[in-house]
Amino acid sequence: MTKGTVSGVIANMVTLKVDGPVSQGEICYIETGGDRLMSEVIKVVGEAVNVQVFESTRGLKVGAPAEFTGHMLEVQLAPGMLSKNFDGLQNDLDKMDGVFLKRGCYTDPLDRERLWDFKPIVKVGDEVINSAWLGEVEENHQPLKIMAPFQLEGTAKVKSIVPAGQYKVDDTIAVLTDEKGNDINVTMVQHWPVKFAMTNYKQKPRPFKLLETGVRTIDTFNPITEGGTGFIPGPFGTGKTVLQHAISKQAEADIVIIAACGERANEVVEIFSEFPELVDPHTGRMLMERTIIIANTSNMPVAAREASVYTAMTMAEYYRSMGLRVLLMADSTSRWAQALREMSNRMEELPGPDAFPMDLPALIANFYGRAGYVYLNNGEVGSVTFIGTVSPAGGNLKEPVTENTKKVARCFYGLEQDRADKKRYPAVNPIDSYSKYLEYPEFAEYISNKINDKWIPKVLALKTRMQRGKEIAEQINILGDDGVPVDYHVTFWKSEIIDFVILQQDAFDDVDAVTSLERQEEILNLVTDICDHDYSFDNFLDVVDYFKKMINLCKQMNYSEYKSEQYYDFKQQVMDMVNA
Amino acid sequence: MATAFQKVYTKISQITKATCSLKATGVGYDELATINGKLAQVVKIAGEDVTLQVFEGTGGIPTNAEVVFLGKSPSLKVGEQLAGRFFNAYGDPIDGGPAIEGKEVEIGGPSVNPVRRKQPSELIATGIAGIDLNNTLVSGQKIPFFADPDQPFNEVMAMVALRAKVDKIILGGMGMTNDDYYFFRNTFSNAGAQDRIICFMNTTEDPAVERLLIPDMALTAAEYFAVEKHEQVLVLLTDMSSYADSLSIVSNRMDQIPSKDSMPGSLYSDLAKIYEKAVQFPEEAGGGSITIIAVTTLSGGDITHAVPDNTGYITEGQLYLRMNSDIGKVIIDPFRSLSRLKQLVSGKKTRKDHSQVMNAAIRLYSDAANAKTKLENGFDLTDYDNRCLDFAKEYADKLLAIDVNLDTTEMLDVTWGLFIKYFKIEEVNIKKEFTDIYWK
Repeated sequence: MTKGTVSGVIANMVTLKVDGPVSQGEICYIETGGDRLMSEVIKVVGEAVNVQVFESTRGLKVGAPAEFTGHMLEVQLAPGMLSKNFDGLQNDLDKMDGVFLKRGCYTDPLDRERLWDFKPIVKVGDEVINSAWLGEVEENHQPLKIMAPFQLEGTAKVKSIVPAGQYKVDDTIAVLTDEKGNDINVTMVQHWPVKFAMTNYKQKPRPFKLLETGVRTIDTFNPITEGGTGFIPGPFGTGKTVLQHAISKQAEADIVIIAACGERANEVVEIFSEFPELVDPHTGRMLMERTIIIANTSNMPVAAREASVYTAMTMAEYYRSMGLRVLLMADSTSRWAQALREMSNRMEELPGPDAFPMDLPALIANFYGRAGYVYLNNGEVGSVTFIGTVSPAGGNLKEPVTENTKKVARCFYGLEQDRADKKRYPAVNPIDSYSKYLEYPEFAEYISNKINDKWIPKVLALKTRMQRGKEIAEQINILGDDGVPVDYHVTFWKSEIIDFVILQQDAFDDVDAVTSLERQEEILNLVTDICDHDYSFDNFLDVVDYFKKMINLCKQMNYSEYKSEQYYDFKQQVMDMVNA
Repeated sequence: MATAFQKVYTKISQITKATCSLKATGVGYDELATINGKLAQVVKIAGEDVTLQVFEGTGGIPTNAEVVFLGKSPSLKVGEQLAGRFFNAYGDPIDGGPAIEGKEVEIGGPSVNPVRRKQPSELIATGIAGIDLNNTLVSGQKIPFFADPDQPFNEVMAMVALRAKVDKIILGGMGMTNDDYYFFRNTFSNAGAQDRIICFMNTTEDPAVERLLIPDMALTAAEYFAVEKHEQVLVLLTDMSSYADSLSIVSNRMDQIPSKDSMPGSLYSDLAKIYEKAVQFPEEAGGGSITIIAVTTLSGGDITHAVPDNTGYITEGQLYLRMNSDIGKVIIDPFRSLSRLKQLVSGKKTRKDHSQVMNAAIRLYSDAANAKTKLENGFDLTDYDNRCLDFAKEYADKLLAIDVNLDTTEMLDVTWGLFIKYFKIEEVNIKKEFTDIYWK
């Protein structure tokens, strides 16, 4: 293997002099004071190689030796990753000793000794291609597939496969013979370089299946799909994290991967303190069973921040290859972009807009492109749904990360300072936000079959009402309450009903936090009925009183257990008011 | 400082306002050196060329100055004796007392493994309703005051520190005026709290770049008391905007491309490294905690500037001070202020109606703001508008003002009293289970 010696240090960028071939993105380890510091090649100029070190470089001296590994940053993929907390480089955080993270301490992401109940799927003589399902183990009630090596070229014949029984991840469970006649021993462990997308599927159609999140402003107003992409930009304090956590708790997914990228450590703590006690509303099992956390919090090494989102995406693709529905959340992609900026700056590259590197748009587009709903080669389906948050500098959406994400993500959930100030949570702006999936005919067809064919027209009608309500609010601000006809007030308050009853939702209330699709349909119908009704009032004060009372009743209904006596009671009171 | 076996360099090849460069070998990154006795730190190594950042500035340094490398990063001697003492940015006493004997610890040490943290859950009561009621503080939290330079943030911070039930208060002063320094000294000593105080001070009279050491010094001391002594530690950092200014000076001298507002591109990571030292340890690790209350001064209330903006994304909320002209007092602004951890305690460590009452009051206060706009634009006000305005004035006076000192249950009762006085039950939008009890 190629070796190198340190010739320069600026923060976490180190220059090495090397004695042999190195490749872009190759991993090397630099030795200093007994620690081995993991680093990644980012630039090569002749014999001088720039690497970014995933650790603190304190005390590093010129002349320190480095050893290259011959491979890029890669992860190990096998059963045993669910419920775990990894850092951005896939080290198991729970296996580390002591309170503080130690430099150069890398831990095994897998449990080598754990036994798995393996059931074979293929038999001797079967022909398989890469990623073919050879067998199955169960982890936390999820059927996980053991697959043919992702790197397998062409077809191979199953030479042998172990019978059902208990095996460790490193045990050979099958031997394949490839087209050249070479035997390949297959274990449960796969390796994959994180920067490359997995393309082990037949087709990636447009996503069309609704992914239920229990959040009304998403499901009803701007739905996201299985395999869809969305992003949540918002100034600080507008509820990005609360919304992300709500989605990750409630979404109807088999596996949820949360990449905490350059964010607060306490937010990760919140997940692993609360999730083990929370129940998945769809399966009734503990939430933690389906969750993986990738934590590279803001005080952890900057270079590993970029790695963390790729590590998370690679794991998501791994589970997708097994035919599972995966939801990947990354909070926040802006921190990743900032990590790129820090490094680009140290390499003295010519900066693009806001000092970000020039290839930022391409990096964002490629990353979002890895999500998707896929038909696997064996006819099964799997999906990776990706939702990223963006933290725009100064809350201004005209900045490179937001603008470039908007070009590639299909759902936009813009959080608005003004709504947050008024405590109208979730602060998703109902006018500017959108879901492109509402326009897909295949999505409309799916919704017609799953719910009914009136759903989308009703949603679109309410969106128009929100727009109209906003216009009228502006007119009232200019002309005064008496300066506009009473009708205008009615139209305005109808939009307030939509806002208070459908869009606003109390994420901290046990009942209101999650709304089933069935209940959302009832609310949608009720609000549509309220809005379609004609009202006549003598003056605008009566309008205000009437609708405030109505909103109060609807809110009490939202706080009541679904289909409880109290729920029907409040609902009846609302309907009585409408029909009075 | 040089001892017999140390190599002394005497040929400086380049001097800028903040850095010196020379040829040297065997030097470690981040290592300290002295240049004619002035402390400096290695910031760049390129082959034999080593660049040193000189904390107190390079004025008076000759090209033949004696440079000695100390073989260690900036460090602090920690021990129980730190309590009650005042230090400069290097951790040397400035109160005339003896030097500290103790274990020498490198400052800016490693981060806590996130899985070794505990979710914060202990309320820190301050008696100020703008904080306890609307933006409850929790031990292990990090939160700054966002305030214009003329606002009384240091006074509020001192009050919060003295009322909080903590074992140690560590004050890190960066670019603090001498007047404010004396204010803190006197306030703490009048309150009989000297033995709980540890102070690291860089005043406006000291060199600006020295400030960069203050937060790490303060937090290294905090980690000693929280980790080794299992104590509850409150760290006050004022003013982080001065700290950021020093960062930009250094990055500018290092020829780095500035990003927004002339700040270095690494500002987010630089600030996060400090704030993320706030932590609550679980019982099995002794149960100590570090809570950070900081100050970020704004220019004309502009929070889109890179320093408050990045800070807001890092900290767990922020507290805004604002002059309320209706009552002529400074209040904690309920709109932009936020404590992200409040839901961990409100309704759990406080009365169950806490969060609903808080949200309803703020919503009504926001209706009052709309009514005020209407009034300013010359429109007629409705009866509801007038009631909101009256409510807002009394709410600001009895609860939001910083001179309030109540316990949280009293705060809730006062708020219910105001609701009943000014509104109808359907106007407050509170769950029936609470109005059944408290609406009387």
